[in-house]
Amino acid sequence: MDAAVDSKSRTGWQHELYDLLRRSGITQFCYVPDAGHSILIDRSLADPDVHSIALTTEEEGVALIAGADLGGARAVLLMQSSGVGNCINMLSLIKGGRFPFLTLVSMRGDFGEGNPWQFPMGQATQPVLEAMDVICLRAERPEDVIPTVSAALTMAFKSGKAVAVLLTQRLIGAKPF
Amino acid sequence: MSPRKSISALAAAAAPGLVLERSEAVPALIGRHEDFLFISGLGGTACDVGAVAGDGAHVYSLGGAMGAACMMGLGLALARPDKRVLVVTGDGELLMSLGALAAIAVVNPPNLAILCVDNGHYGETGWQKSHTSLGADLEKIASGAGIKRTRTVATEADIADGARLLREGNGTSFVNLRVKPTEPAEFKRNFDASFCRDRFRAALQ
Repeated sequence: MDAAVDSKSRTGWQHELYDLLRRSGITQFCYVPDAGHSILIDRSLADPDVHSIALTTEEEGVALIAGADLGGARAVLLMQSSGVGNCINMLSLIKGGRFPFLTLVSMRGDFGEGNPWQFPMGQATQPVLEAMDVICLRAERPEDVIPTVSAALTMAFKSGKAVAVLLTQRLIGAKPF
Repeated sequence: MSPRKSISALAAAAAPGLVLERSEAVPALIGRHEDFLFISGLGGTACDVGAVAGDGAHVYSLGGAMGAACMMGLGLALARPDKRVLVVTGDGELLMSLGALAAIAVVNPPNLAILCVDNGHYGETGWQKSHTSLGADLEKIASGAGIKRTRTVATEADIADGARLLREGNGTSFVNLRVKPTEPAEFKRNFDASFCRDRFRAALQ
């Protein structure tokens, strides 16, 4: 494992990111398991003060976020870019209801991708999100992550917007094949 | 008789084993509606809930985003453990989101109940048969997904037990209500999703 993401010492941007989400009042973490989000997922599972919800498909998380908001809670959806395609119609709920919405998307089919199957959805991720009125912010370097997600949290929960932070393969590393 | 009604009457005649009317069975299962926060599906179940609870602030009904109801109920139930959340969905919508049953079973919040009004048809689109008319059993699917407290309600005699299950217990419950494929109660619902969100949140403060 990369020294920068040593989970024992809880250093690295992934841990800072989890702490930021918690400080911002996120109490529901939902996800389809993904290597790019494994530290956030593990931290949420180990945290007695949050709900950690494993989804069977990503659009379930879109609906969960809306339900959490109806009850006054904040939720975040962690998914891989391929999951964005599964969410498209469900995002009608977010747009029509003007629900605040935050998702962190680990990219595939992007910078340095070695699996050609990942390109169709990876390259379509941002256009598809934008077509459903989800604002996309990209994080390319470790030092981008905290300021970018901080901005997204403000846009989602202060302004009520739908925002996706795309964690690019330049940031998280392309899977070698 | 309107063309819509006559088609549903034909569908009902073709399903002689089903005896319950949704317009009677749903109110009987819900009982005192003030005891619940409601998420309803689109179409018929929005009318079922509206006929019982009115255009109330404690109801959020879908008008699209088919498949959202159960997971919205989970998010709401986790956000408000002090309230009882009842999802009222239909067989068509639930068939579209079966994985949600597995996701919910893992979390198993005790204040969440799901009532599926299973008429075996897609009533909104012309009364085509759904998979539950053709062999699929939603109670077995819910049970197989890991939800421990499940029932099928198909006769008057089943209603009291089903109503109890929706209100009590230490885990999420699921009731599949088998009804005749007849029209739901008439109800003119509010289609402004954003207005209904604000109203729901304001009433819960």
